[in-house]
Amino acid sequence: MRFAETGFDLEIDLTRGNIERVKTDPGLTALHLGGQGMNAKILWDRVGPEVDPFSDDNLLIFSSGLLHSTPVPGANRTCVDTFSPQTNMYSHSLFGGFFGPELKHAGYDRIIFRGKAENLVYLFVHNDKVEIRDATHLQGKGALETGALLKEELGESEAQVAAIGLAGENRVFMATIEHANSSASRGVGVIMGDKRLKAIVVRGTKDINIAKPAELFNICNPMYREIYENEDCGDTMAHEDDEEFHVNNFAWGNARARNVGFWNAEREVRWREITEAVRLRWTGCYNCPKDCHQAIRLPGKQTYFQKCYSKLTYAMAAYEEIDFNYDFLAVTQEYGLDGFSTPQVLAFAIELYEAGILTDEDLPDFPESGGDRFYYLVEKVVAREGVGDALANGVYHAARQIGKGAEKYDHNSMKKFEQVPLKLGMINYPYFLMYATGAKMNITQIEGSYPQVAIADKEERQKFVDRWDAAPKRFKDWFLSWEPRTHPTVEASVNICDWNETMHYIDDSIGTCAFLSSFRGQFGGRPPYHIYNLPEFISLASGLDLDSDKLWEIAARNRNLVRAINIRRGLRRVDEKPPEDHWKKRDPEMEAKLLDEYYKFKGWTHDGIPTKETLDKLDLDFVSDDFLERGILSASEGES
Amino acid sequence: MAETTKKIVQEIKIDLDKCIGCRACEVACSAYHAKPRYSSINPARSRIRVIFDDLNDVYVPIRAGDYTPAECTGRHTYTINEKEYKECSFCGVACPARDYFKEPDSGLPLKCDMCVSDPPLSEPMCVQVCTCDALTYVEREIEAGPEVSREEIEIGLESMANKYGWKRVIDTVARMSNKD
Ligand code: SF4
Ligand code: SF4
Ligand code: SF4
Ligand code: SF4
Repeated sequence: MRFAETGFDLEIDLTRGNIERVKTDPGLTALHLGGQGMNAKILWDRVGPEVDPFSDDNLLIFSSGLLHSTPVPGANRTCVDTFSPQTNMYSHSLFGGFFGPELKHAGYDRIIFRGKAENLVYLFVHNDKVEIRDATHLQGKGALETGALLKEELGESEAQVAAIGLAGENRVFMATIEHANSSASRGVGVIMGDKRLKAIVVRGTKDINIAKPAELFNICNPMYREIYENEDCGDTMAHEDDEEFHVNNFAWGNARARNVGFWNAEREVRWREITEAVRLRWTGCYNCPKDCHQAIRLPGKQTYFQKCYSKLTYAMAAYEEIDFNYDFLAVTQEYGLDGFSTPQVLAFAIELYEAGILTDEDLPDFPESGGDRFYYLVEKVVAREGVGDALANGVYHAARQIGKGAEKYDHNSMKKFEQVPLKLGMINYPYFLMYATGAKMNITQIEGSYPQVAIADKEERQKFVDRWDAAPKRFKDWFLSWEPRTHPTVEASVNICDWNETMHYIDDSIGTCAFLSSFRGQFGGRPPYHIYNLPEFISLASGLDLDSDKLWEIAARNRNLVRAINIRRGLRRVDEKPPEDHWKKRDPEMEAKLLDEYYKFKGWTHDGIPTKETLDKLDLDFVSDDFLERGILSASEGES
Repeated sequence: MAETTKKIVQEIKIDLDKCIGCRACEVACSAYHAKPRYSSINPARSRIRVIFDDLNDVYVPIRAGDYTPAECTGRHTYTINEKEYKECSFCGVACPARDYFKEPDSGLPLKCDMCVSDPPLSEPMCVQVCTCDALTYVEREIEAGPEVSREEIEIGLESMANKYGWKRVIDTVARMSNKD
């Protein structure tokens, strides 16, 4: 019997209209768990480095996590993996809500799409019934609207839907996949659109087996209250009306300058009033006691859900008043646009116009105010009309397509992808490593276990460490000796980067929400889930024999496999650098040393390639064989 | 005249405004009623279901009441946030007209049993996991007179009615009472 997982994948060939239910190998679960780990294995095996992201051979995988549909609270993040046309690398995204658990109840751990449909289609899954259906009548429909229409039309009010809006349909690189109160960003919506897949509708009513059901329930039941009462977890910032942190610390416009002083008492009051007027309620995700998502309704408009980060990003990028943000989100949410990248793309276009690189010819009747310009531009981008066609490829590509010096204005992307608009003073060692080497495109998907700032008061510091159950001892020692405004040592920095990313690799394979674990340790040090209690949850659910060391090793295996996928597509040390102006004061010598030491620690070559020894130790022999055959590793490097 | 006795009535109060739509109540109820206990999670088997219509801000947890053998005739429509709902959506019975509260494979009706168990739970499972207090458990002491036994008669009559139809039950009762 398979525990915690169904043991079946759905294979959908959209070109041929073929549907298969395929039994999976339980041995792979022991090696990779589920979610991102299994997706990485499938992508490594089946999508060679020569495959163009827009070709039939690219796969789009929706995977549940190993703990979905078990009683473990907060296990609901569905993982979407593919290859991105923007980076030409592995692309990984996650969304919360209810989709993954429903998929498992339908009898599948994941859906693997290949090929492309001729016309717009949607996939309908109701337990054993799986159909590819015509979706041409949904063309141009909003992302959430599509979900509502499909449920109505199918008479499946309890189904879960993931859908793209017009942005995805038109292969806009910033397109999201929207589901209930959550969305998948970072370059996966564009592939769903390229495959002509408008939506996936899932309804499942089957059981999931648990290895040690009573024991598991026993440790899950107290977690509800613990999570609910733990003020250091969940999306704590979502509930605050004081936006000073984001507004003052993040750069405005095209990630240009901070606007310190903009946030004041008057705006805070008004912001609260606006928000209370448009909020219908706070909502949560499947089996989680937190309520991180605001349901928003503006007069005369359709309801949408506001996600953690997008609170004021559009207003800041457009240099607009705070009122602008909720209005504009109503538009972008239905088009299905990513709240990280889109504001920067639009602000980038405005900069180009002001610099005379884009002209009235490119942007006829271009309005005056930032806000009006955003409304104008977003239509062009989503329709891929005129200069919008270039902008729809993200800042990096748009800059090169537009030319005339536009490249200079692409200053905040890394590995061709827009980054969080942070412009800081002095280089930060662990953050340098996380930015440079992370494979998840966004710092929030990499950072999170080790605090961002030191605690000045020694007594407070000791108190923090005393209740820091989530941290291995070495981190407690480093934290105790860490004085504010000093750098952690190189050794500590390397370890911090490693621990931070390891926790995300664990979350993303079992499907637990980062707000309850990998992202939340850095503030308060009390994530409900951590390296010491997760093995028990996973073992009791799945029957796998795990402890903290073994779990860490699985995360390392998944990390190295993702690394290998990108290495095979050409990623090397030269690509591993943060946006040029992320820090004003850089330290090239130290940066080189940090990379050297991090690579060494990881068991990678000087060029950042996992060595044969590293790979073989992690049961990734098939990767080292491939690397040797392709000459990516030379025989001598292989042995190092 | 029969003596009045004290009786504890168990109730679960539902506050729709507080519901965050997390469906933890469904998870916990289905786990608790799985056989063996906790052996499976499956919201489709839960005796409490959250009716969702997130674009219209409808989050309505309903518990499974008694089974009705037929759809009722007096259906109404309600309008919430400009959208119409059939009364059915909020009727807590296991009714043949809809899919809620039926075992997914056998189609047998499911009914909330207030999680009675020995030893008793501190609170029903769905309430325990509903940390935001959309569901709260209340015990009320009521004066109970002879009605207690009448309730039993009612239950008995109802099951007979389900089996034979009200007409035959009423005819029989009438015939038998005439004999006295
Ligand atoms: S912590 Fe927030 S985002 Fe995460 S699962 Fe819970 S409700 Fe969703
Ligand atoms: S557990 Fe409570 S808040 Fe969550 S869906 Fe059920 S009733 Fe609503
Ligand atoms: S669900 Fe309730 S209201 Fe609807 S037909 Fe059945 S008994 Fe009547
Ligand atoms: S009281 Fe018990 S049986 Fe009734 S709905 Fe709640 S958990 Fe289920």
